[in-house]
Amino acid sequence: MGTGGAKAVVETRDLRKSFGTNEILKGIDFQVLPGEVVSVIGASGSGKSTFLRCVNLLEWPSSGEILYHGRDVLERGYDINRFRTHLGMVFQQFNLFNNLNVLDNCVIGQVRALGEAKAEARERAMGYLAKVGMDPYIDAKPRQLSGGQKQRVAIARALSMEPEALLFDEPTSALDPEMVGEVLAVMGGLAESGLTMVIVTHEMAFARDVSGRVAFMDGGVIAEEGSAAQVFANPNKERTKEFLARFHAG
Amino acid sequence: MTATIMALGAQAAETRLGSPRRTAMVAAGAPGGRTFFDWIVLIVQDYGSWLLKGVGVTMFLALTGTIIGVVLGLGVGVVRTIPSDRPSARLPKRIALKVASAVLAVYVEVFRGTPMMVQAMVVYYGLGMAFQINLNVVTAGLLVVSINTGAYMAEIVRGGIESVDPGQTEAAKAVGMGHWATMRGIILPQAIRNILPATGNEFVINIKDTSVLMVIGTSELFFQGKTIDGILYQTFPVYLLVAAIYLVLTFSTTRLLRLLERHLDGPESFTLATSSTVPESILLPGGDNYGHRGR
Ligand SMILES: Nc1ncnc2c1ncn2[C@@H]1O[C@H](COP(=O)(O)OP(=O)(O)OP(=O)(O)O)[C@@H](O)[C@H]1O
Ligand SMILES: [Mg+2]
Repeated sequence: MGTGGAKAVVETRDLRKSFGTNEILKGIDFQVLPGEVVSVIGASGSGKSTFLRCVNLLEWPSSGEILYHGRDVLERGYDINRFRTHLGMVFQQFNLFNNLNVLDNCVIGQVRALGEAKAEARERAMGYLAKVGMDPYIDAKPRQLSGGQKQRVAIARALSMEPEALLFDEPTSALDPEMVGEVLAVMGGLAESGLTMVIVTHEMAFARDVSGRVAFMDGGVIAEEGSAAQVFANPNKERTKEFLARFHAG
Repeated sequence: MTATIMALGAQAAETRLGSPRRTAMVAAGAPGGRTFFDWIVLIVQDYGSWLLKGVGVTMFLALTGTIIGVVLGLGVGVVRTIPSDRPSARLPKRIALKVASAVLAVYVEVFRGTPMMVQAMVVYYGLGMAFQINLNVVTAGLLVVSINTGAYMAEIVRGGIESVDPGQTEAAKAVGMGHWATMRGIILPQAIRNILPATGNEFVINIKDTSVLMVIGTSELFFQGKTIDGILYQTFPVYLLVAAIYLVLTFSTTRLLRLLERHLDGPESFTLATSSTVPESILLPGGDNYGHRGR
Protein backbone atom coordinates (compact mmCIF):
# COMPACT_ATOMS: atom_id res chain seq x y z
CA MET A 1 0.00 0.00 0.00
CA GLY A 2 0.96 3.55 -0.72
CA THR A 3 3.50 5.73 0.94
CA GLY A 4 1.00 8.33 2.13
CA GLY A 5 1.40 7.30 5.77
CA ALA A 6 0.47 10.71 7.09
CA LYS A 7 -2.75 10.69 5.11
CA ALA A 8 -4.01 7.50 6.78
CA VAL A 9 -6.47 7.89 9.65
CA VAL A 10 -4.95 4.89 11.36
CA GLU A 11 -1.94 2.87 10.38
CA THR A 12 -0.24 -0.06 12.07
CA ARG A 13 3.40 -0.98 11.54
CA ASP A 14 4.78 -4.40 12.37
CA LEU A 15 2.08 -4.81 14.99
CA ARG A 16 2.64 -7.86 17.16
CA LYS A 17 0.64 -9.32 20.00
CA SER A 18 1.38 -12.35 22.16
CA PHE A 19 -0.68 -13.92 24.88
CA GLY A 20 1.96 -15.52 27.07
CA THR A 21 4.31 -17.29 24.68
CA ASN A 22 1.61 -17.63 22.04
CA GLU A 23 2.16 -15.06 19.30
CA ILE A 24 -1.22 -14.24 17.75
CA LEU A 25 -0.34 -11.20 15.61
CA LYS A 26 2.92 -11.64 13.77
CA GLY A 27 3.63 -8.24 12.33
CA ILE A 28 0.67 -6.47 10.79
CA ASP A 29 1.13 -3.53 8.44
CA PHE A 30 -2.21 -1.98 7.73
CA GLN A 31 -3.73 1.38 7.02
CA VAL A 32 -7.12 2.98 6.50
CA LEU A 33 -7.46 6.12 4.43
CA PRO A 34 -10.22 8.63 5.05
CA GLY A 35 -13.52 7.48 3.55
CA GLU A 36 -12.28 3.95 2.92
CA VAL A 37 -14.27 0.86 3.77
CA VAL A 38 -11.95 -2.06 4.46
CA SER A 39 -13.15 -5.56 5.24
CA VAL A 40 -10.96 -7.95 7.18
CA ILE A 41 -11.75 -11.58 6.49
CA GLY A 42 -10.11 -14.81 7.54
CA ALA A 43 -10.63 -18.09 9.31
CA SER A 44 -11.68 -18.33 12.92
CA GLY A 45 -8.66 -17.89 15.18
CA SER A 46 -6.57 -16.07 12.58
CA GLY A 47 -6.39 -13.03 14.88
CA LYS A 48 -8.94 -10.65 13.33
CA SER A 49 -10.54 -9.65 16.63
CA THR A 50 -7.20 -9.38 18.37
CA PHE A 51 -6.00 -7.07 15.62
CA LEU A 52 -9.07 -4.83 15.80
CA ARG A 53 -8.89 -4.72 19.60
CA CYS A 54 -5.23 -3.76 19.42
CA VAL A 55 -6.03 -0.86 17.11
CA ASN A 56 -8.11 0.92 19.76
CA LEU A 57 -5.97 -0.49 22.58
CA LEU A 58 -8.50 -2.76 24.21
CA GLU A 59 -5.52 -5.10 23.96
CA TRP A 60 -2.08 -3.68 24.48
CA PRO A 61 0.19 -4.66 21.59
CA SER A 62 3.42 -6.46 22.43
CA SER A 63 5.36 -4.41 19.91
CA GLY A 64 5.00 -2.31 16.78
CA GLU A 65 3.41 1.03 16.12
CA ILE A 66 -0.12 2.34 15.87
CA LEU A 67 -0.17 5.69 14.13
CA TYR A 68 -3.10 8.04 14.35
CA HIS A 69 -2.57 10.72 11.70
CA GLY A 70 1.08 9.81 11.80
CA ARG A 71 1.56 9.94 15.59
CA ASP A 72 2.31 6.81 17.59
CA VAL A 73 -0.43 6.36 20.17
CA LEU A 74 1.66 3.82 22.10
CA GLU A 75 4.04 6.55 23.17
CA ARG A 76 4.08 7.23 26.88
CA GLY A 77 1.79 10.09 27.83
CA TYR A 78 -0.38 9.90 24.72
CA ASP A 79 -4.03 10.59 25.60
CA ILE A 80 -5.52 7.18 24.88
CA ASN A 81 -9.06 8.10 25.92
CA ARG A 82 -9.03 11.00 23.51
CA PHE A 83 -7.72 8.72 20.75
CA ARG A 84 -10.51 6.25 21.40
CA THR A 85 -13.18 8.94 20.98
CA HIS A 86 -11.99 9.27 17.36
CA LEU A 87 -12.44 5.54 16.69
CA GLY A 88 -15.85 4.04 17.27
CA MET A 89 -16.21 0.33 17.93
CA VAL A 90 -19.13 -1.98 17.34
CA PHE A 91 -18.89 -5.33 19.12
CA GLN A 92 -20.15 -8.75 18.20
CA GLN A 93 -21.96 -8.93 21.55
CA PHE A 94 -23.35 -5.35 21.27
CA ASN A 95 -22.18 -4.42 24.78
CA LEU A 96 -24.85 -1.79 25.27
CA PHE A 97 -24.72 -0.24 28.73
CA ASN A 98 -27.28 -2.36 30.56
CA ASN A 99 -28.06 0.24 33.24
CA LEU A 100 -28.94 2.93 30.71
CA ASN A 101 -31.81 3.33 28.30
CA VAL A 102 -31.28 3.60 24.57
CA LEU A 103 -30.95 7.38 24.53
CA ASP A 104 -28.51 7.54 27.45
CA ASN A 105 -26.41 4.83 25.83
CA CYS A 106 -25.80 7.31 23.04
CA VAL A 107 -25.37 10.30 25.36
CA ILE A 108 -23.02 9.17 28.13
CA GLY A 109 -19.89 8.96 25.98
CA GLN A 110 -20.47 12.40 24.51
CA VAL A 111 -20.91 13.90 27.97
CA ARG A 112 -18.24 11.98 29.91
CA ALA A 113 -15.56 11.61 27.26
CA LEU A 114 -16.12 14.60 24.97
CA GLY A 115 -17.46 17.00 27.58
CA GLU A 116 -20.49 17.88 25.49
CA ALA A 117 -23.50 19.56 27.09
CA LYS A 118 -26.36 17.17 27.81
CA ALA A 119 -28.91 18.93 25.63
CA GLU A 120 -26.73 18.94 22.54
CA ALA A 121 -25.64 15.39 23.21
CA ARG A 122 -29.28 14.30 23.34
CA GLU A 123 -30.10 16.06 20.12
CA ARG A 124 -27.17 14.50 18.31
CA ALA A 125 -28.02 11.07 19.75
CA MET A 126 -31.62 11.43 18.54
CA GLY A 127 -30.36 12.20 15.06
CA TYR A 128 -28.22 9.08 14.86
CA LEU A 129 -30.87 6.91 16.48
CA ALA A 130 -33.27 8.08 13.79
CA LYS A 131 -30.67 7.21 11.17
CA VAL A 132 -30.62 3.58 12.35
CA GLY A 133 -34.38 3.51 12.85
CA MET A 134 -34.21 3.23 16.63
CA ASP A 135 -35.55 6.63 17.64
CA PRO A 136 -38.92 5.22 18.77
CA TYR A 137 -37.07 3.12 21.36
CA ILE A 138 -35.24 5.82 23.30
CA ASP A 139 -36.85 4.81 26.60
CA ALA A 140 -36.19 1.10 26.26
CA LYS A 141 -33.53 -0.69 28.26
CA PRO A 142 -31.17 -2.99 26.33
CA ARG A 143 -32.75 -6.13 27.79
CA GLN A 144 -36.04 -5.12 26.17
CA LEU A 145 -34.60 -5.10 22.63
CA SER A 146 -34.00 -7.78 20.02
CA GLY A 147 -30.44 -8.52 18.91
CA GLY A 148 -30.77 -6.56 15.69
CA GLN A 149 -32.20 -3.57 17.54
CA LYS A 150 -29.38 -3.71 20.09
CA GLN A 151 -26.78 -3.69 17.35
CA ARG A 152 -28.42 -0.75 15.62
CA VAL A 153 -28.36 1.16 18.91
CA ALA A 154 -24.71 0.20 19.35
CA ILE A 155 -24.00 1.66 15.92
CA ALA A 156 -25.88 4.84 16.84
CA ARG A 157 -23.90 5.02 20.08
CA ALA A 158 -20.64 4.85 18.15
CA LEU A 159 -21.86 7.40 15.57
CA SER A 160 -22.97 9.80 18.30
CA MET A 161 -19.32 10.32 19.15
CA GLU A 162 -18.86 11.50 15.54
CA PRO A 163 -15.68 9.45 15.19
CA GLU A 164 -13.33 9.58 12.24
CA ALA A 165 -13.61 5.86 11.71
CA LEU A 166 -15.73 2.96 12.92
CA LEU A 167 -14.38 -0.49 13.74
CA PHE A 168 -16.80 -3.40 13.49
CA ASP A 169 -15.97 -6.80 14.97
CA GLU A 170 -18.31 -9.32 13.40
CA PRO A 171 -21.35 -7.14 14.04
CA THR A 172 -23.84 -9.72 12.77
CA SER A 173 -22.36 -12.97 14.08
CA ALA A 174 -24.40 -13.02 17.27
CA LEU A 175 -27.67 -12.26 15.49
CA ASP A 176 -30.51 -14.53 14.54
CA PRO A 177 -30.53 -14.89 10.73
CA GLU A 178 -33.65 -12.79 10.24
CA MET A 179 -31.99 -9.83 11.97
CA VAL A 180 -28.76 -9.83 10.00
CA GLY A 181 -30.33 -7.90 7.13
CA GLU A 182 -31.40 -4.87 9.14
CA VAL A 183 -27.90 -4.38 10.59
CA LEU A 184 -26.13 -4.89 7.26
CA ALA A 185 -28.55 -2.43 5.69
CA VAL A 186 -27.56 0.21 8.21
CA MET A 187 -23.88 -0.49 7.64
CA GLY A 188 -24.31 -0.37 3.86
CA GLY A 189 -25.92 3.04 4.23
CA LEU A 190 -23.01 4.27 6.33
CA ALA A 191 -20.49 3.02 3.80
CA GLU A 192 -22.33 4.85 1.04
CA SER A 193 -22.35 8.04 3.08
CA GLY A 194 -18.55 8.03 3.08
CA LEU A 195 -17.80 6.93 6.65
CA THR A 196 -14.40 5.36 7.20
CA MET A 197 -14.95 1.78 8.28
CA VAL A 198 -12.93 -1.31 9.16
CA ILE A 199 -15.18 -4.35 9.21
CA VAL A 200 -14.23 -7.79 10.45
CA THR A 201 -16.86 -10.02 8.96
CA HIS A 202 -17.86 -13.46 7.78
CA GLU A 203 -20.53 -11.96 5.52
CA MET A 204 -18.67 -12.40 2.24
CA ALA A 205 -21.40 -11.04 -0.03
CA PHE A 206 -21.56 -7.92 2.06
CA ALA A 207 -17.78 -7.52 2.13
CA ARG A 208 -17.62 -7.90 -1.64
CA ASP A 209 -20.36 -5.36 -2.35
CA VAL A 210 -19.66 -2.72 0.25
CA SER A 211 -15.92 -2.55 0.84
CA GLY A 212 -13.37 -0.89 -1.34
CA ARG A 213 -10.54 -3.00 -0.04
CA VAL A 214 -10.30 -6.43 1.53
CA ALA A 215 -7.58 -7.81 3.79
CA PHE A 216 -7.36 -11.56 4.24
CA MET A 217 -5.80 -12.57 7.54
CA ASP A 218 -4.19 -15.93 8.01
CA GLY A 219 -2.09 -17.16 10.93
CA GLY A 220 -1.54 -13.73 12.43
CA VAL A 221 -0.50 -11.88 9.27
CA ILE A 222 -2.32 -10.20 6.41
CA ALA A 223 -1.80 -12.86 3.77
CA GLU A 224 -3.44 -10.99 0.94
CA GLU A 225 -4.82 -7.53 0.42
CA GLY A 226 -6.43 -5.81 -2.50
CA SER A 227 -9.57 -4.35 -3.98
CA ALA A 228 -12.72 -6.28 -3.14
CA ALA A 229 -13.19 -7.15 -6.81
CA GLN A 230 -9.65 -8.53 -7.15
CA VAL A 231 -9.55 -10.53 -3.92
CA PHE A 232 -12.95 -12.12 -4.42
CA ALA A 233 -12.71 -12.68 -8.17
CA ASN A 234 -9.06 -13.74 -8.55
CA PRO A 235 -7.23 -14.19 -5.30
CA ASN A 236 -3.44 -14.42 -5.74
CA LYS A 237 -2.67 -16.69 -2.83
CA GLU A 238 -3.53 -20.32 -2.49
CA ARG A 239 -4.71 -19.79 1.13
CA THR A 240 -7.13 -17.08 0.06
CA LYS A 241 -8.56 -19.32 -2.65
CA GLU A 242 -9.08 -22.16 -0.19
CA PHE A 243 -10.76 -19.86 2.30
CA LEU A 244 -13.08 -18.29 -0.25
CA ALA A 245 -13.92 -21.66 -1.82
CA ARG A 246 -15.71 -22.62 1.37
CA PHE A 247 -18.07 -19.71 0.93
CA HIS A 248 -18.68 -20.15 -2.78
CA ALA A 249 -19.58 -23.77 -2.11
CA GLY A 250 -22.21 -22.69 0.43
CA MET B 1 -30.53 12.35 66.84
CA THR B 2 -26.92 11.74 67.74
CA ALA B 3 -27.26 13.83 70.87
CA THR B 4 -30.09 11.69 72.20
CA ILE B 5 -28.13 8.59 71.43
CA MET B 6 -25.13 9.87 73.29
CA ALA B 7 -27.43 10.60 76.22
CA LEU B 8 -28.73 7.06 75.96
CA GLY B 9 -25.22 5.77 76.18
CA ALA B 10 -24.73 7.68 79.40
CA GLN B 11 -27.99 6.35 80.79
CA ALA B 12 -26.93 2.83 79.91
CA ALA B 13 -23.61 3.18 81.65
CA GLU B 14 -25.48 4.35 84.68
CA THR B 15 -28.01 1.55 84.75
CA ARG B 16 -25.26 -0.97 84.34
CA LEU B 17 -24.14 -0.08 87.79
CA GLY B 18 -27.76 0.02 88.87
CA SER B 19 -27.55 -2.40 91.73
CA PRO B 20 -29.28 -0.03 94.20
CA ARG B 21 -32.38 -0.03 92.06
CA ARG B 22 -32.25 -3.73 91.64
CA THR B 23 -32.11 -4.40 95.36
CA ALA B 24 -34.95 -1.98 95.84
CA MET B 25 -37.07 -3.92 93.41
CA VAL B 26 -36.18 -7.23 94.92
CA ALA B 27 -36.90 -5.92 98.38
CA ALA B 28 -40.29 -4.70 97.25
CA GLY B 29 -40.76 -8.29 96.30
CA ALA B 30 -42.79 -9.66 93.46
CA PRO B 31 -46.06 -10.92 94.83
CA GLY B 32 -46.56 -14.55 93.88
CA GLY B 33 -49.09 -15.78 91.38
CA ARG B 34 -48.18 -13.45 88.49
CA THR B 35 -48.68 -15.24 85.21
CA PHE B 36 -46.39 -15.12 82.19
CA PHE B 37 -48.73 -12.68 80.49
CA ASP B 38 -48.86 -10.48 83.57
CA TRP B 39 -45.10 -10.19 83.30
CA ILE B 40 -45.23 -9.34 79.63
CA VAL B 41 -47.78 -6.62 80.32
CA LEU B 42 -45.71 -5.32 83.22
CA ILE B 43 -42.53 -5.23 81.15
CA VAL B 44 -44.27 -3.41 78.32
CA GLN B 45 -45.93 -0.92 80.65
CA ASP B 46 -43.01 -0.18 82.96
CA TYR B 47 -40.03 -0.78 80.71
CA GLY B 48 -41.51 -0.27 77.26
CA SER B 49 -39.68 3.02 76.90
CA TRP B 50 -36.37 1.32 77.78
CA LEU B 51 -36.97 -1.27 75.10
CA LEU B 52 -37.94 1.44 72.62
CA LYS B 53 -34.71 3.26 73.34
CA GLY B 54 -32.93 -0.03 72.74
CA VAL B 55 -34.71 -0.37 69.41
CA GLY B 56 -33.65 3.18 68.55
CA VAL B 57 -29.99 2.53 69.36
CA THR B 58 -30.01 -0.84 67.59
CA MET B 59 -31.59 0.53 64.43
CA PHE B 60 -29.35 3.61 64.52
CA LEU B 61 -26.23 1.45 64.81
CA ALA B 62 -27.40 -1.07 62.23
CA LEU B 63 -28.54 1.49 59.66
CA THR B 64 -25.74 4.03 60.07
CA GLY B 65 -23.16 1.28 60.43
CA THR B 66 -24.40 -0.41 57.27
CA ILE B 67 -24.41 2.86 55.31
CA ILE B 68 -20.90 3.81 56.44
CA GLY B 69 -19.82 0.23 55.87
CA VAL B 70 -21.21 0.26 52.33
CA VAL B 71 -19.36 3.51 51.59
CA LEU B 72 -16.15 2.02 53.01
CA GLY B 73 -16.72 -1.20 51.12
CA LEU B 74 -17.34 0.66 47.87
CA GLY B 75 -14.14 2.63 48.34
CA VAL B 76 -12.08 -0.44 49.14
CA GLY B 77 -13.75 -2.52 46.44
CA VAL B 78 -13.16 0.14 43.78
CA VAL B 79 -9.50 0.64 44.73
CA ARG B 80 -8.91 -3.08 44.73
CA THR B 81 -10.32 -3.44 41.22
CA ILE B 82 -8.24 -0.65 39.62
CA PRO B 83 -6.36 -2.31 36.78
CA SER B 84 -2.67 -1.92 37.58
CA ASP B 85 -1.19 -3.85 34.69
CA ARG B 86 -1.42 -1.42 31.79
CA PRO B 87 2.19 -0.99 30.66
CA SER B 88 1.75 2.71 30.11
CA ALA B 89 0.79 3.33 33.76
CA ARG B 90 3.65 5.06 35.52
CA LEU B 91 5.70 3.05 37.96
CA PRO B 92 4.94 5.13 41.11
CA LYS B 93 1.25 4.75 40.39
CA ARG B 94 1.62 1.00 40.07
CA ILE B 95 3.58 0.76 43.31
CA ALA B 96 1.06 2.95 45.15
CA LEU B 97 -1.74 0.74 43.90
CA LYS B 98 0.05 -2.43 45.01
CA VAL B 99 0.68 -1.00 48.50
CA ALA B 100 -2.86 0.31 48.89
CA SER B 101 -4.21 -3.00 47.71
CA ALA B 102 -2.09 -4.91 50.28
CA VAL B 103 -3.12 -2.62 53.16
CA LEU B 104 -6.77 -2.99 52.25
CA ALA B 105 -6.42 -6.76 51.98
CA VAL B 106 -5.06 -6.84 55.54
CA TYR B 107 -7.99 -4.71 56.75
CA VAL B 108 -10.49 -7.04 55.14
CA GLU B 109 -8.83 -10.19 56.51
CA VAL B 110 -8.43 -8.86 60.06
CA PHE B 111 -11.99 -7.66 60.47
CA ARG B 112 -13.56 -10.64 58.77
CA GLY B 113 -11.38 -13.04 60.67
CA THR B 114 -12.08 -11.87 64.23
CA PRO B 115 -15.36 -11.77 66.22
CA MET B 116 -17.07 -8.39 66.38
CA MET B 117 -17.41 -8.83 70.15
CA VAL B 118 -13.63 -8.98 70.49
CA GLN B 119 -13.21 -6.03 68.12
CA ALA B 120 -15.58 -4.03 70.32
CA MET B 121 -13.48 -4.72 73.41
CA VAL B 122 -10.26 -3.87 71.59
CA VAL B 123 -11.61 -0.65 70.10
CA TYR B 124 -13.41 0.59 73.20
CA TYR B 125 -10.87 -0.29 75.88
CA GLY B 126 -7.80 -0.45 73.64
CA LEU B 127 -8.15 3.05 72.23
CA GLY B 128 -8.72 4.39 75.73
CA MET B 129 -5.65 2.73 77.21
CA ALA B 130 -3.27 3.20 74.32
CA PHE B 131 -4.21 6.67 73.06
CA GLN B 132 -6.41 8.12 75.79
CA ILE B 133 -9.20 8.26 73.25
CA ASN B 134 -12.24 7.67 75.38
CA LEU B 135 -15.14 7.06 73.10
CA ASN B 136 -18.75 7.16 74.09
CA VAL B 137 -20.08 3.57 73.98
CA VAL B 138 -22.46 4.34 71.14
CA THR B 139 -19.73 6.00 69.09
CA ALA B 140 -17.44 3.07 69.77
CA GLY B 141 -20.23 0.70 68.78
CA LEU B 142 -20.87 2.60 65.58
CA LEU B 143 -17.17 2.54 64.76
CA VAL B 144 -16.97 -1.21 65.23
CA VAL B 145 -20.12 -1.97 63.24
CA SER B 146 -19.07 0.33 60.39
CA ILE B 147 -15.55 -1.01 60.08
CA ASN B 148 -16.76 -4.56 60.37
CA THR B 149 -19.46 -4.07 57.74
CA GLY B 150 -16.93 -2.29 55.52
CA ALA B 151 -14.71 -5.36 55.56
CA TYR B 152 -17.55 -7.64 54.51
CA MET B 153 -18.88 -5.15 51.99
CA ALA B 154 -15.44 -4.74 50.40
CA GLU B 155 -15.53 -8.37 49.31
CA ILE B 156 -19.18 -8.13 48.28
CA VAL B 157 -18.48 -4.99 46.24
CA ARG B 158 -15.49 -6.59 44.59
CA GLY B 159 -17.62 -9.59 43.68
CA GLY B 160 -20.32 -7.22 42.42
CA ILE B 161 -17.87 -5.30 40.23
CA GLU B 162 -16.30 -8.46 38.88
CA SER B 163 -19.71 -9.92 38.09
CA VAL B 164 -20.44 -7.09 35.66
CA ASP B 165 -19.83 -8.26 32.08
CA PRO B 166 -16.32 -7.18 30.98
CA GLY B 167 -17.95 -6.12 27.71
CA GLN B 168 -19.45 -3.18 29.61
CA THR B 169 -16.00 -1.88 30.54
CA GLU B 170 -14.74 -2.46 27.01
CA ALA B 171 -17.63 -0.54 25.49
CA ALA B 172 -17.03 2.35 27.89
CA LYS B 173 -13.31 2.37 27.05
CA ALA B 174 -14.16 2.23 23.37
CA VAL B 175 -16.09 5.51 23.60
CA GLY B 176 -13.11 7.04 25.42
CA MET B 177 -14.42 7.05 28.97
CA GLY B 178 -11.76 6.92 31.70
CA HIS B 179 -11.64 4.54 34.65
CA TRP B 180 -13.61 6.73 37.06
CA ALA B 181 -16.25 7.79 34.57
CA THR B 182 -16.73 4.15 33.64
CA MET B 183 -16.96 3.12 37.28
CA ARG B 184 -19.44 5.84 38.19
CA GLY B 185 -21.59 5.80 35.09
CA ILE B 186 -21.60 2.15 34.06
CA ILE B 187 -20.03 -0.37 36.40
CA LEU B 188 -21.03 0.75 39.90
CA PRO B 189 -24.72 1.24 39.08
CA GLN B 190 -24.81 -2.34 37.84
CA ALA B 191 -22.61 -3.66 40.64
CA ILE B 192 -24.73 -1.91 43.27
CA ARG B 193 -27.89 -3.39 41.82
CA ASN B 194 -26.20 -6.81 41.89
CA ILE B 195 -25.10 -6.47 45.52
CA LEU B 196 -28.34 -5.00 46.83
CA PRO B 197 -29.61 -8.32 48.21
CA ALA B 198 -26.27 -8.99 49.91
CA THR B 199 -26.24 -5.46 51.31
CA GLY B 200 -29.74 -5.86 52.71
CA ASN B 201 -28.57 -9.09 54.24
CA GLU B 202 -25.68 -7.25 55.94
CA PHE B 203 -28.18 -4.75 57.34
CA VAL B 204 -30.34 -7.52 58.77
CA ILE B 205 -27.28 -9.25 60.21
CA ASN B 206 -26.25 -5.96 61.78
CA ILE B 207 -29.65 -5.54 63.44
CA LYS B 208 -29.03 -8.85 65.18
CA ASP B 209 -25.28 -8.66 65.67
CA THR B 210 -25.17 -5.22 67.27
CA SER B 211 -26.30 -7.23 70.32
CA VAL B 212 -22.65 -8.17 70.90
CA LEU B 213 -21.98 -4.50 71.68
CA MET B 214 -23.52 -5.09 75.11
CA VAL B 215 -20.01 -6.19 76.15
CA ILE B 216 -18.97 -2.55 76.09
CA GLY B 217 -22.30 -1.42 77.52
CA THR B 218 -23.86 0.11 74.43
CA SER B 219 -27.54 0.52 75.25
CA GLU B 220 -28.88 -1.38 72.27
CA LEU B 221 -31.90 -3.65 72.45
CA PHE B 222 -30.21 -6.71 73.91
CA PHE B 223 -28.43 -4.66 76.57
CA GLN B 224 -31.72 -3.01 77.54
CA GLY B 225 -33.31 -6.44 77.87
CA LYS B 226 -30.43 -7.65 79.98
CA THR B 227 -30.82 -4.62 82.23
CA ILE B 228 -34.55 -5.18 82.64
CA ASP B 229 -33.96 -8.85 83.40
CA GLY B 230 -31.39 -7.78 85.96
CA ILE B 231 -34.10 -5.81 87.72
CA LEU B 232 -37.06 -8.16 87.38
CA TYR B 233 -35.36 -11.57 87.31
CA GLN B 234 -37.84 -12.59 84.60
CA THR B 235 -35.45 -13.98 82.04
CA PHE B 236 -37.93 -15.88 79.88
CA PRO B 237 -40.59 -13.18 79.33
CA VAL B 238 -37.97 -10.45 78.93
CA TYR B 239 -35.94 -12.24 76.29
CA LEU B 240 -38.99 -13.59 74.54
CA LEU B 241 -40.17 -10.02 74.16
CA VAL B 242 -36.72 -8.92 73.01
CA ALA B 243 -36.65 -11.78 70.49
CA ALA B 244 -40.08 -10.80 69.18
CA ILE B 245 -38.93 -7.22 68.72
CA TYR B 246 -35.82 -8.35 66.82
CA LEU B 247 -38.00 -10.49 64.61
CA VAL B 248 -40.33 -7.60 63.80
CA LEU B 249 -37.32 -5.41 62.98
CA THR B 250 -35.61 -7.92 60.73
CA PHE B 251 -38.82 -9.03 59.03
CA SER B 252 -40.03 -5.55 58.19
CA THR B 253 -36.54 -4.54 57.04
CA THR B 254 -36.39 -7.51 54.69
CA ARG B 255 -39.77 -6.61 53.19
CA LEU B 256 -38.82 -2.95 52.74
CA LEU B 257 -35.59 -3.89 51.01
CA ARG B 258 -37.45 -6.14 48.63
CA LEU B 259 -39.74 -3.26 47.71
CA LEU B 260 -36.70 -1.07 47.14
CA GLU B 261 -35.16 -3.64 44.83
CA ARG B 262 -38.30 -3.84 42.77
CA HIS B 263 -38.49 -0.07 42.60
CA LEU B 264 -34.90 0.20 41.37
CA ASP B 265 -35.49 -2.33 38.62
CA GLY B 266 -37.86 0.10 36.98
CA PRO B 267 -40.87 -0.72 34.87
CA GLU B 268 -41.01 -3.98 32.97
CA SER B 269 -42.17 -2.30 29.79
CA PHE B 270 -41.40 0.84 27.84
CA THR B 271 -43.48 2.93 25.50
CA LEU B 272 -42.50 3.65 21.96
CA ALA B 273 -41.77 7.29 21.36
CA THR B 274 -43.41 7.31 17.93
CA SER B 275 -43.95 4.33 15.65
CA SER B 276 -42.51 0.86 15.95
CA THR B 277 -41.74 0.22 12.31
CA VAL B 278 -38.27 0.41 10.83
CA PRO B 279 -38.28 3.38 8.49
CA GLU B 280 -37.66 2.60 4.84
CA SER B 281 -34.74 4.98 4.76
CA ILE B 282 -32.45 2.44 6.42
CA LEU B 283 -33.20 -0.28 3.90
CA LEU B 284 -30.99 -0.47 0.88
CA PRO B 285 -32.54 0.22 -2.48
CA GLY B 286 -33.23 -2.79 -4.65
CA GLY B 287 -34.47 -4.86 -1.76
CA ASP B 288 -31.14 -6.66 -1.29
CA ASN B 289 -30.65 -6.44 2.41
CA TYR B 290 -28.08 -9.18 2.55
CA GLY B 291 -30.39 -11.66 4.13
CA HIS B 292 -28.24 -14.13 5.94
CA ARG B 293 -26.95 -17.00 3.85
CA GLY B 294 -26.00 -20.28 5.39
CA ARG B 295 -22.30 -20.88 5.83
N1 LIG C 1 -7.04 -12.88 25.98
C1 LIG C 1 -6.51 -13.92 25.31
N2 LIG C 1 -5.65 -14.76 25.95
C2 LIG C 1 -5.11 -15.80 25.27
N3 LIG C 1 -5.36 -16.09 24.01
C3 LIG C 1 -6.19 -15.31 23.32
C4 LIG C 1 -6.81 -14.19 23.94
N4 LIG C 1 -7.59 -13.57 23.01
C5 LIG C 1 -7.46 -14.29 21.88
N5 LIG C 1 -6.63 -15.33 22.05
C6 LIG C 1 -6.25 -16.31 21.04
O1 LIG C 1 -5.86 -15.62 19.88
C7 LIG C 1 -6.24 -16.33 18.71
C8 LIG C 1 -6.92 -15.39 17.78
O2 LIG C 1 -8.15 -14.99 18.36
P1 LIG C 1 -9.10 -13.93 17.67
O3 LIG C 1 -10.28 -13.80 18.54
O4 LIG C 1 -8.33 -12.72 17.35
O5 LIG C 1 -9.49 -14.67 16.33
P2 LIG C 1 -10.55 -14.25 15.24
O6 LIG C 1 -9.83 -14.22 13.97
O7 LIG C 1 -11.25 -13.02 15.67
O8 LIG C 1 -11.53 -15.48 15.27
P3 LIG C 1 -13.13 -15.52 15.12
O9 LIG C 1 -13.42 -15.47 13.66
O10 LIG C 1 -13.50 -16.85 15.70
O11 LIG C 1 -13.68 -14.38 15.87
C9 LIG C 1 -7.11 -17.49 19.17
O12 LIG C 1 -6.35 -18.66 19.10
C10 LIG C 1 -7.41 -17.16 20.61
O13 LIG C 1 -7.49 -18.32 21.36
MG1 LIG D 1 -13.26 -12.57 16.35
